[in-house]
Amino acid sequence: MKPAPFVYHDPRTIDETLAVLDRHRDEAKILAGGQSLIPLLNFRLARPAVVVDINRLPALDGIREEDGRIAIGALVRQRRLELWSRQRFPLLADALGHVGHLAVRTRGTIAGSLAHADPAAELPALLVCLEGSVMARSAAGEREVHASELFVSPLTTSLRADELITEVSLPRPTEGAGWGFLEVARRHGDFALVGVAAVVAIAGDRIERVRLALFGCGSTPVRAIRAEATLAGQPPTPDAISAAAHDAAAALAPDGDLHATAAYRRSVARTLSARALGMAIHRARRSGG
Amino acid sequence: MREVRLSVNGQEYLRPVEARRTLADFLREDLDLTGTHLGCEQGVCGACTVLLEGEPVRACLLLAVQADGARVTTVEGMADGDRLHPLQEAFRAHHALQCGYCTPGILLTALAFLAEHPRPTRDEIREMLAGTLCRCTGYQFIVDAVAAAARTMSP
Repeated sequence: MKPAPFVYHDPRTIDETLAVLDRHRDEAKILAGGQSLIPLLNFRLARPAVVVDINRLPALDGIREEDGRIAIGALVRQRRLELWSRQRFPLLADALGHVGHLAVRTRGTIAGSLAHADPAAELPALLVCLEGSVMARSAAGEREVHASELFVSPLTTSLRADELITEVSLPRPTEGAGWGFLEVARRHGDFALVGVAAVVAIAGDRIERVRLALFGCGSTPVRAIRAEATLAGQPPTPDAISAAAHDAAAALAPDGDLHATAAYRRSVARTLSARALGMAIHRARRSGG
Repeated sequence: MREVRLSVNGQEYLRPVEARRTLADFLREDLDLTGTHLGCEQGVCGACTVLLEGEPVRACLLLAVQADGARVTTVEGMADGDRLHPLQEAFRAHHALQCGYCTPGILLTALAFLAEHPRPTRDEIREMLAGTLCRCTGYQFIVDAVAAAARTMSP
């Protein structure tokens, strides 16, 4: 099918963008990379009266390194960040490599994927795992929305209709921490049936800190709080990893669909959690943590 | 309607276009460049892949107005007159197409890929092809063709 008619704005300043959003609110959709929105328009699953294209706002196109985090402008394409992060932030490069296909990542943005909030998508889970945040700006002002408050339900965030994500803030894992990012999908590049992001810091012979987030098995990305607590302070043994993976899977309430039953998803979540934690611990040890 | 000016395969076009027109429909309907095919219209099948400023993009997921001022390459821009591009020649020699519906998107995806990976492994070729669907060939001959084209283009 083809998109229904809409009024098209491509503002040249952020202030002008915010004014248009303020004027049209729920009638408007923001168009960044378009890799989620345009399929919805093509199939008329979304019929916004107004489309606000932010692609002519070069001020949103920057990547900044700051103390312990990177700040990613709302227009930064997934492919650009993937290439940028290969040497500087390998967990991020690994996660981005799973997002769609290359010809999708050349257009798709980081902020757009977060705003779309697909519970089976990689980047929302990464934001949750790293405890990142987004800057949301509106004509009324600016606020920081943390990952723990951003994702509400499938395809729904806590952002208001007049708000624009201007920047994504992604904390780096602490020096010496290890990471694992794994997913199971029907084909490479598809949305995950289940995916896992893990970051582990080791001090001496014990696990100091764990962050574990799962995707594809809930209405939002899920932080495995109990599993994190199970592992913290423990020696990194196979038994400890196995207990944490059990806790991570037990806390899930996945849905079944034609791709995978709920029981299968929970089983894969347990297996992937154990593997990702194992990889993270291995990498942390190798870096001398 | 908006005026859109863009360069396709080195030729400049200026056309009025409705904002809701995708680049794929614009190429096919307004410029009569029907080599760009449309399959799924949701970015999955890869048939509509073209190069935007040299990078592969889904033409079904881009509005024509967004390509204003841009340089686009479609399958019509690959051959040099009657002389096929080495990739096209390799597809013919290795039987890498049957119905041909997916071929334009695969050719352009492969063209951008070979620019970044002049000597790809077969695994890298397979990963590149994961972004495009072909229901005829079973992909084996496409992998052969891309590998052969790489050898011709970067001996």
